[in-house]
Amino acid sequence: MSKPNLEIFSETLQKIAETDKDLYVVTSDSRGSGKLVPFGQKFPKQIVEVGIAEQNLVGVATGLAAMGKKAFAVSPACFLTARALEQIKNDVCYSDNPVKLIGISAGVSYGALGTTHHSLHDFAVLRAINNITIVAPADNYETEEAIKVATLLDKPVYIRFGKKSMPVNLDAEDAVFQFGKGRTIRQGSDLTFIATGEAVLPAFEAAKKLSKENNIEATVVSMHTIKPLDTELIAKLAENGKPIITVEEHSIYGGLGEAVGSFLMQNGFRNKFKIVGLPDDHTVSGSQNEIFEHYGISEKGLSELAMSLL
Amino acid sequence: MTENHLSLIEKSKEYRKKILKYIFNAKAGHTGGDLSIIDILNVLYNRIMNVSPENWHSNTRDRFIQSKGHCVEALYVVLADKGFFPEEDLLTMCQYNSPYIGHPTKYIKGMEQNTGGLGHGLSICCGNALAAKKDNSPIKVFTILGDGEMAEGSNWEAFMFAAHYKLDNLCAILDYNKLQITAPNAEVIGLEPLDKKLEAFGWAVRHVDGHNLEELENTLKSLPFEAGKPSFVIAHTIKGKGVSYMENTLKWHHGVPSAEQMELAMEELI
Ligand SMILES: Cc1ncc(C[n+]2csc(CCOP(=O)(O)OP(=O)(O)O)c2C)c(N)n1
Repeated sequence: MSKPNLEIFSETLQKIAETDKDLYVVTSDSRGSGKLVPFGQKFPKQIVEVGIAEQNLVGVATGLAAMGKKAFAVSPACFLTARALEQIKNDVCYSDNPVKLIGISAGVSYGALGTTHHSLHDFAVLRAINNITIVAPADNYETEEAIKVATLLDKPVYIRFGKKSMPVNLDAEDAVFQFGKGRTIRQGSDLTFIATGEAVLPAFEAAKKLSKENNIEATVVSMHTIKPLDTELIAKLAENGKPIITVEEHSIYGGLGEAVGSFLMQNGFRNKFKIVGLPDDHTVSGSQNEIFEHYGISEKGLSELAMSLL
Repeated sequence: MTENHLSLIEKSKEYRKKILKYIFNAKAGHTGGDLSIIDILNVLYNRIMNVSPENWHSNTRDRFIQSKGHCVEALYVVLADKGFFPEEDLLTMCQYNSPYIGHPTKYIKGMEQNTGGLGHGLSICCGNALAAKKDNSPIKVFTILGDGEMAEGSNWEAFMFAAHYKLDNLCAILDYNKLQITAPNAEVIGLEPLDKKLEAFGWAVRHVDGHNLEELENTLKSLPFEAGKPSFVIAHTIKGKGVSYMENTLKWHHGVPSAEQMELAMEELI
């Protein structure tokens, strides 16, 4: 049954904590929004509350990680990657402490709560910081795998997801999950969608619509890892010269789209190319779905854009 | 004064001379603040902490994170003296491609964390101290904060945290030289009454003369000051301590002495 990735995150941590007593969750009054209340009840010794103090959240998680703990710092993506950015840059990345930074309710998941609660900057700021893996899982499977892989990785990681229900597994073939390796969830020869996080689903739906109604076959890739970027796969996808559309729940500046575009330009690919995301504008108000629709991160918007490129 | 303290006094003199030597060579450094924390570092590394090149990779070492990272030259000199790396390495300080940069980094053996942005060390120490408590480890965790640095809000987040979690294995030492870059703290943003503020935040607070080695040692040997509370040492210091023309002078925050000034300083430090 499909669930929000947030719930999968919490369930996965609980599974790991059953046997791994070095796993610690650090929260900033965010255990409820992080679905971590059951974790706290089952493993009271392995949850650390810092209060509404995101800088200290990342500092304390750093100190725990430096002592050999597997520390997950869990906070809304908007606050974690803005309020505590200097701690992420210096204490986690530069000092190379393997903290797992978990940005919950990312992108525009908070919908009508507005821009204070949106994180449309996190890929951009973190991409410019050395020594961090940036991950946005699309479905429940990717989320569970991302948390498992991050737990074992002795390096800084940022994982962000939303709270809307997501499919169990978008990839029928069930390819192995690996950081830095995009998952091709649909094959087609007319164009390619490279999407990330919760924007993969509308790209997938657009591809199905294009196939059914227009006889157009699109490849859809879940580029769950924004950094390091799977440039090998992008090169392979671009080889056919067909249009490429990137889709993300992030500003069109500095995210997946610009990363892919930069790679294509610098490597001689001249495919038609479009970046879909949130424009550099005051974000429209509404639910996550409504905001997605408004900016064309939707079955309709993406299929129309695809048609216009063909 | 015991034999014990005489040798520490000699060390402080040597350390001061070396700090100036390497800053003079590098043509860079935070001279005033180095000279104000060196006696504290001397006592920590030679009398208090269980940290040495031999136990560096052991989890049982005490932890020290210098939150006022800009005063790294003082820490370099002490770590070299402890044998963490050859002292001559410091001749490369701040030169092209040298790992001995102007702030602490883990590239250098003996450094726990990379600091330099103010207001970071204490939170990390809180994580260290909490992990030690969880593991029932007897280690102690230390940091040195600058008085200007105290204005960073993140410190106050950490003060609340340390008291809430009863981290009595944590000791923060304030290098209270009363100066920052622009002016005295009292003009920039006042700190007082500091002891009352920290006590209200749940810390056990002591004042010491930060250049009196015996007093520093006795104070730091009595940790924790109160069971169940983190300890805060307000070390009253003098920026530029030991070199008359540098003492209490704003411009020596990061001044490099001329050849004549070096000579004068060396004479005073005999
Ligand atoms: C977050 C941050 N802001 C600003 C600086 C620049 N800076 C370096 S030292 C310093 C003054 C520090 O004053 P204080 O803590 O009193 O240290 P001391 O005077 O003892 O050297 C400043 C503003 C910094 N390193 N980090």
